[in-house]
Amino acid sequence: MSPEQPAGKPAGGLISPAQNTWCPGCGNFAIEHMMKSAIAELSEEEGIPLHNFVLLGGIGCHGKLVDYLNVNSFYGIHGRSIPAATGMRLANPDLKIICHVGDGDIYAEGLDHLIFAAKRNSDITVIVHDNRVYGLTTGQYTPTSPFGFRGRSTPGGITEHPINPLEVMLAAGATHIARGYTKKVRHLKDLFKEAILHRGFSFVDVLQICATYFNLTGYYDAHAYELAEGEVETGRFESAQEKIREWDYDQEAPIALGTFYSVEKPIYEEKFQALTAGKPDRRALVRKMIEGRR
Amino acid sequence: MSEYSVLIGGRAGEGINTAGLSIARLFSRLGYRTCMYFDYPSLIRGGHNFAIVRASDMRIGAHRTPVDVLLAFDQNSIEHHRQRIRDTTTVVYDASTVVRGQGYGLPLDAILKEENAPPITGNSAMLGALAQVAGIDRDLLEAVLRESVPAKHLEANLRVAGRGYDAVENVFTVEPLDAPTFPVLTGNEAAGLGLVHGGLESYVAYPMTPSSNLLHFLAEHAEDFSIKVLHPENEISVILMALGLAYAGEKAAVGTSGGGFCLMTEGLSFAGMAELPVTIVMGQRPGPSTGMPTYTAQSDLHFVLNAGQGEFPRLVAAPGDLEEAYTWSSTALMLSWKYQVPSIILTDKTLAEGASSFDIETVVPHPDQEPVLWDGAGEYRRYAPREGGVSPLAFPGREGAVVRVNSYAHDEAGFTTEAAADVKLLQEKRLAKGESLKAELATYPTVKAYGPRNSGATIVCWGSEKWACIEAAEKFGARVVQPLVLAPFPVRHWKEAMIGAGKIICVENNATGELARLLRQQGFDPGRSVLKYDGRPFAVDELEARLLEVLA
Repeated sequence: MSPEQPAGKPAGGLISPAQNTWCPGCGNFAIEHMMKSAIAELSEEEGIPLHNFVLLGGIGCHGKLVDYLNVNSFYGIHGRSIPAATGMRLANPDLKIICHVGDGDIYAEGLDHLIFAAKRNSDITVIVHDNRVYGLTTGQYTPTSPFGFRGRSTPGGITEHPINPLEVMLAAGATHIARGYTKKVRHLKDLFKEAILHRGFSFVDVLQICATYFNLTGYYDAHAYELAEGEVETGRFESAQEKIREWDYDQEAPIALGTFYSVEKPIYEEKFQALTAGKPDRRALVRKMIEGRR
Repeated sequence: MSEYSVLIGGRAGEGINTAGLSIARLFSRLGYRTCMYFDYPSLIRGGHNFAIVRASDMRIGAHRTPVDVLLAFDQNSIEHHRQRIRDTTTVVYDASTVVRGQGYGLPLDAILKEENAPPITGNSAMLGALAQVAGIDRDLLEAVLRESVPAKHLEANLRVAGRGYDAVENVFTVEPLDAPTFPVLTGNEAAGLGLVHGGLESYVAYPMTPSSNLLHFLAEHAEDFSIKVLHPENEISVILMALGLAYAGEKAAVGTSGGGFCLMTEGLSFAGMAELPVTIVMGQRPGPSTGMPTYTAQSDLHFVLNAGQGEFPRLVAAPGDLEEAYTWSSTALMLSWKYQVPSIILTDKTLAEGASSFDIETVVPHPDQEPVLWDGAGEYRRYAPREGGVSPLAFPGREGAVVRVNSYAHDEAGFTTEAAADVKLLQEKRLAKGESLKAELATYPTVKAYGPRNSGATIVCWGSEKWACIEAAEKFGARVVQPLVLAPFPVRHWKEAMIGAGKIICVENNATGELARLLRQQGFDPGRSVLKYDGRPFAVDELEARLLEVLA
């Protein structure tokens, strides 16, 4: 794609009238617009009705995204989007459910839910706005902040090392693991589309610029590269693990962008679907149960 | 009044609970009303478990201290219950373990060895002995065993039961009554059946006593009821999963106890703000903190009334028996959906894990309630203002609607806002639903009264102490008044019920008088409190003695 071409299909109707309050230069804009384009393109290419998309937001700058797009939204509470998403998928298998979460939101407050959704292969998509700092609470360290990070709660610098969220996800059993970067928008959009279409739990960690509290643009521009075709065997755990460990979110190293792992496994919600099919007369079933206990 | 009490006791893992339920079924088959109190410590093997089954020709719902028959698997089961043994009590004990027993000793080790039967069948020997002692027909015993014992173990159990039957002598005769056989259910089962009756489609829970058995019951019968039963990683996930289900249009309930409810409170407040329906079965046990996991208390009333940050309406109902657990679980689910508010069914270990006769014929069904659904006209706004505060529901996947729910203060469409006028309007809208709910409940039996007015004394109680109070009150000719709904508090019904109350006594299973405090908050006199906070419910005779102290 040449630079003058738009990154995605125009989808003006998908932008809501809500006033945007992100800082100028915020990486969230790229995520918002690439998700908008991904939804518009999937709707057109795959025939997924727009009313079947649901966006969930946690609490943090990232969460505002769900107000900004004209799509069903569930603006939830800090760290708790994922179990709600699984509930929705259980209720309606036609929905395409996308959790926008933050790194503080999901790697700190809600890590248990992330691990368990991966473990059970819940058929939802998780997009992590990983700016590696708390923005909305004005600049504290998160689980992916590098060693020595000086935030407002740790002015002397943190003495702990970050987690590598991709490695955590691989260990937890996620069936689709990818990483994007907010300065590589077309690539990001393609990662979103691929993740949404994946049957099962899909996870995209997005290296997001925080223009105000932790601007790593120069660092990422210098180190990030897109994975070439065949550079990682996405169906093989060991290959994915090796590539995921290339950069640990801490030491200086090349930062691979793209899909690291993608396999098919049974979907958690599907075994429950048959149970509630057919809308039986449950009151008659209750009565029968009571009579049977005489 | 014709009544019998039987205690069966032994170590955990010996199947005392199941044996107690079989005894209750035995009496049920003879036409008696039964209730069972099950007492067990928080361990898997060992310790001391016991069940007291009381059967009567009258409606009952609580045990008494003395027993007619004591079935003891070990010495503890005699020593712990000396105060229950009267001159007329028949004691049957396992002679293989009990060294100091008076009554009939069953050589259980020898019987099991001779019959080549597993240790768990010892329960059947005790049941056989009970049948002989109480003059219960052997065929009836066998019929009950056939219903409760899995087929592959049935023959061994029948043989062992026969040995127990033959090893003792007849002492008295339980006369069969000309009355129907009532099903014997636990409070958890009644609540689960009520939820399904009310339209439940999914149940989500993390195990916690005393609500685990509700999870087990619904999970075991998920296919029978055509419902989804889910057990996620913790109670936070439980309530959020339920809210996700509700957002997408599926009726969900959750169950827990105090500690798990602590974890649910942020989700509860979110449900209040986002106007997502959810029903929470909250089984109380003694706290603070882990407390006594397998015992009982009524000490979370103010916790559930006030849990969650901010101000939002909720329905809290505290059933006192199986019939109320059934009807109010059903109603709570339906009203949650009609008013888009969280509802809480407040039970406790006594009700949830206790068992008794369930008479569905006496259940007066509450009206069916339907959620208000969007008619598809115009632009959908999730929080559109409407008379009474309830906005029509649409669910994601609906063409022509963008469905936005929000934990932030929001406008009618669901967009986040901090604008003063919007925030005020939506807060008033949410509170208006509470008023609408309150008005609706005016037609429900939210306060029940038993016994005559102007009797000189009124015993006030809530939840599982109901039947102990009703029975104890009869001795004093006193009236009993029981609030079933605790939020929104049924002020008018309460006033009506308390006309001519006389001396008021407030009976509760807690240390500080929580209902009394609620009554004072509402501007009513709660009278004198009679409290019990050792983790055990009142026995009827124990309560009579305590009432005598304040009524004398």
